Amino acid sequence: MDTDVLISYLPGYAEAFFLTVRIGLIGIAISFVLGIVSAFCIYFKIPVLRRVFNAYIEIFRNTPLLVQLFFIYFGLPKIGIAISAEVCGALGLGLLGGSYMAEGFRSGLDAVALSQTESALALGMTKSGLFFHVILPEAFTLSVPAIVANVIFLLKETSVFSAISLMDLMFTAKDLIGLYYNTTEALFLLVVFYIVMLLPVSIIGGIVEKKVRYKMFGN
Amino acid sequence: MGFEVLFKGSNMLRLLSGLGVALRISLVSVLISIGAGLVLGSLMTVKKPVINVLSKIYLEFFRIMPQMVLLFLVYFGTTKVLGVNMSAETASVIVFSLWGTAEMSDLVRGALKGIPTAQYESSYALGLNVRQTYIHIIIPQIIRRMLPLSINLVTRMIKTTGIVMMIGIVEILKVGQQIIEANRKTSPDAAFGVFATIFVLYFLVCWPISILSKHLEKKWES
Repeated sequence: MDTDVLISYLPGYAEAFFLTVRIGLIGIAISFVLGIVSAFCIYFKIPVLRRVFNAYIEIFRNTPLLVQLFFIYFGLPKIGIAISAEVCGALGLGLLGGSYMAEGFRSGLDAVALSQTESALALGMTKSGLFFHVILPEAFTLSVPAIVANVIFLLKETSVFSAISLMDLMFTAKDLIGLYYNTTEALFLLVVFYIVMLLPVSIIGGIVEKKVRYKMFGN
Repeated sequence: MGFEVLFKGSNMLRLLSGLGVALRISLVSVLISIGAGLVLGSLMTVKKPVINVLSKIYLEFFRIMPQMVLLFLVYFGTTKVLGVNMSAETASVIVFSLWGTAEMSDLVRGALKGIPTAQYESSYALGLNVRQTYIHIIIPQIIRRMLPLSINLVTRMIKTTGIVMMIGIVEILKVGQQIIEANRKTSPDAAFGVFATIFVLYFLVCWPISILSKHLEKKWES
C-alpha cells in the first residue's frame, strides 16, 4: 500500500464522508418524526390515518432502499415530480427509516405491561398523565435497542446513494478505482471511513442501551 | 405513464427472470447462512475466550460494514490482492453468506442463551440423557424461537441482494434500466412504469414472507 496515494485520496474521502453523514443524519431525523407520528396514529387507533400508516409501514419495510430510490429519483420525474439527488437520498432514507422506527416505537408501546396502566389508573392518574408519565417513558426505554439498531442500519444503507450519483464514500471509491487503479488504497480508505462513521455509533449505542436498561429495570 | 413497454416483446418475462437471479442469490446465501450460523452460534455459547473474542470481532465487523462495501472488498479487492478472478455471482454469494452467517449466529446464540438452566436440570432429573434432552426439550424450543427470525432474515437477504447490480450482475434493476434505455425514443416515460413495477414485484415477494414470520412469532409467543 502506498502512503502517498492514501494521503492524496484523503481530502476526497473526507468530503464524501461529510456528505454521507449529513444526508444520513437528515434522513434519520425524518425517520424519527415519521416513525413517532405513525406509531402514535396506530397506537391510538386514529380512524383513517391508522390504515394509511399501516400500509406505509408494510410497503416500505418490504422493499429495498435501492428500488425506492430508483423509483423516486428516475421514476417520479416522468410524472412531473423532480427532486435533486441529495433531497431524494435524504427523503428515501427517511421514508425507509420511518417504517422501521414506527415498528420499533409501536412494539415499545405494546410492550408496556397492562398492570402499569391499571396501577396508574387505580392511583387516580388522568388519561394524559398516564400516557406522558407512565406509558411514554417506559415505551421509549423498551424501544431503545430497536432505535440503536435502526440508526446503524440506516447509516449502513447510505452506501446505496452512489446509485443515484450522490458523491458519497462508495461513489468516491468507485471513481478512484476507475481512474487510477489503486484498488487496494481506495478500498482500504473506504473501510476505514465506514469504521470511523459506524464504530462510535455502535459503541455509544451499546452504552446507552445498558444505561437506559439499568435506570429502568436495575439490571 | 410508461407501463406499455412491459407488454412489448418479452420485456415482462425478462424483468421476472431478473428477479429470479436476485432471488437465486438470496436463497443460496440464506441456506449457507443458516447452516454456518447454527454452527457458529452454538460455538459462541462455549466459554472459550479465544472463540468469544474472534466471533465478537467477526460479528461487529459484519454488523457495521455496509454490504455494498463488503461486495466491493470481495469482488475488486480479492482480484487485486490475491489475484483470484471470481464471477460477480460467486462474490455476492460469498458476501451475503458471510453477512447472513453473522446475523444468524447471533440469533442462535440468543435463542440458546434464552433457554433457562432449569429446563436442562428438570429434564436430567426426569431421567433423560443429554441426547434425549436436546432432541425432545431444547431443540424444539430453539426452533420455535428462531424460525420466525430466520424467515425474517430471508426477506432481509432478498432486500439486500438488489445491490448486486452495482458489481455488474444483470438482475431485475439492471434489466429494468436496459428496457428503459432500449425504449428511450418510443416511450420516454418508461422509467416510471418500469421502476413502479419493480417496486411492486419486490413488495409482492417480501410481504407474504413477512406476514408468515409475524404469524409464527405470534403463534409461538407463549
